[in-house]
Amino acid sequence: MARITLDNLAHSYKPDPKGEEDWALKQLDHVWADGEAYALLGASGCGKSTLLNIISGLLQPSRGRILFDDKDVTHAATAERNIAQVFQFPVVYDTMSVRDNLAFPLRNRGASAGYVAERVQTIAAMIGMEAELDRKARGLTADAKQKISLGRGMVREDVNALLFDEPLTVIDPHMKWELRTQLKALHRDFGHTMIYVTHDQTEALTFADKVVVMHDGRVVQIGTPEELFERPAHTFVGYFIGSPGMNLLPANVTGATAVTNGAEIALDRAYDGLSGKVEIGVRPEFVRLSDSEGLPVRIRRVEDVGRHKIVRAEFFGHDINIVAGEDEEIGPDKTRVTFDAAHVNVYADDWRVEGRAA
Amino acid sequence: MEKTPNQKAWLLVLPVLVLVCFSAIIPLMTVVNYAFQDSFGNNQFFWAGLMWFEDLLASDRMWNALGRQVVFTGIILAIQVPLGVFVALHMPKKGPWVSVCLVLMALPLLIPWNVVGTIWQIFGRVDIGLLGYTFDKLGIPYNYTQDFFSAWATLIVMDVWHWTSLVALLAYAGLKSIPDAYYQAARIDQASRWKVFRYIELPKMAGVLTIAILLRFMDSFKIYTEPFVVTGGGPGNATTFLSIDLVKMALGQFDLGPAGAFSLMYFLVILAVSWVFYTVMVNLEKRES
Repeated sequence: MARITLDNLAHSYKPDPKGEEDWALKQLDHVWADGEAYALLGASGCGKSTLLNIISGLLQPSRGRILFDDKDVTHAATAERNIAQVFQFPVVYDTMSVRDNLAFPLRNRGASAGYVAERVQTIAAMIGMEAELDRKARGLTADAKQKISLGRGMVREDVNALLFDEPLTVIDPHMKWELRTQLKALHRDFGHTMIYVTHDQTEALTFADKVVVMHDGRVVQIGTPEELFERPAHTFVGYFIGSPGMNLLPANVTGATAVTNGAEIALDRAYDGLSGKVEIGVRPEFVRLSDSEGLPVRIRRVEDVGRHKIVRAEFFGHDINIVAGEDEEIGPDKTRVTFDAAHVNVYADDWRVEGRAA
Repeated sequence: MEKTPNQKAWLLVLPVLVLVCFSAIIPLMTVVNYAFQDSFGNNQFFWAGLMWFEDLLASDRMWNALGRQVVFTGIILAIQVPLGVFVALHMPKKGPWVSVCLVLMALPLLIPWNVVGTIWQIFGRVDIGLLGYTFDKLGIPYNYTQDFFSAWATLIVMDVWHWTSLVALLAYAGLKSIPDAYYQAARIDQASRWKVFRYIELPKMAGVLTIAILLRFMDSFKIYTEPFVVTGGGPGNATTFLSIDLVKMALGQFDLGPAGAFSLMYFLVILAVSWVFYTVMVNLEKRES
């Protein structure tokens, strides 16, 4: 187990990167604390797999250093780093039995036969494949193969870190939930440093202690699920996390008042001297429909998703989403909205501005 | 739904049937016809029953040719398959050199058989051929027209030069279909180079390698043109393989009956081996899915 430090890291797939857009991974400084479970969340092509492959040593970064504890491993081979990685699509050794597949990483490192047998049994129980241990891996279903891949990743106890690259893509929904729970349990029991790459916010938020959100080759926010929900540091985080995502409205902000389309919205904190593209962001959960207070809104559609209702509405020509309670009556009299001032965030050029106490 | 019988549909199959008749069935039946009869010319034939087959099975000449054939095919398979795989493993996977390599590899395959024979026939000549002349000047005894070992070596090296590319290209195609994640997983599992080959590359190549072996078996077992051009079956009968012997028998001696029986047995041997290969391949695929 190890603390992983990314020092001044950047990567480009081009030999001679020029502009910003040539960098698949823009400059990054970060410390992955020992024994913590992280999720690396972002849309496809945002650089999360690049980052993962740099950590595992499958890719050499164009710039910067990687340290495991205090040891510089930037140029160390994958094998020397002693990490485990599980890939998006199942990788199994077809001609071996399930048992030999699980034992493979241990045998390659010269573990004793007794220890190998014991570990294989434990892991097989964990992934629910004890009955299939003596079958050939060839011909198993995709999710059985992926469980073997996961098992091979977890079979070594002394790894510095466990890396997962969207490992549950091919797994059945109910099995997904079960495996994720087992991964969490594994983390709780053994305290490995885990990095879990995904584009699925539910997966990220339920798995990780800390979620690292990436966008366009850059880490835009690192925080607990709660922080990401309440104070998204970047408009991308607001939009990407939450269902539906955060409402963003262009506004002029002076002091503790935001003016959008001539209407005033009171804020909890005061902001001075904002420049560039200024927007206010408020999550649909913190918008209330009302029949008398607040600003005018025109409801276009109501979707009942079971636990709550999602109201799609038009607010001064902008789309706005509102989450209403399951029992809330949404009649023609609801023509106004109010915002919960404590949960309105202000963004200048897409980045959140902290503001001062008003 | 009730199917309506429509006998006119047979007419649609007819053209293919006629074509197959003329291209395969009639020629084959002619051979069968010869195999069971004897003739003294003048288009007069006499029923011979199984006589030619019995003669053939008792003939040293046929067994020797078959023996030479099996040894030749065995040697070239034992060289070409591992060598082809080795070459494929060392070909570049990406970059500008890929197309250069592919074209260079494909070149020998594009040369007609008799030209290949002629090239090596000249190449090996002691008076004007680069290879033969060099050996001669170095004092290495080499003469494929007189020396048993030289003749065999020349034919084997020629076949390896001509056909290893085929195995290499097929193996390369198999290797290219392996996703990067497999190699990455192997590095993480700390698998040695040998284990990567044994557990990742070889299983993924198994399918195309079976096809490669089958093609090389069939082709080398039928080899005629190249040895005919280079050695003409000699020195003595040293390189008289089945096809060469068959042609000598059928056209040289005009023994149509024995040659017909020979042809049928030759055909059956190739058919039987190919069938075994096919069954193995189909079973492999079944296990795959």
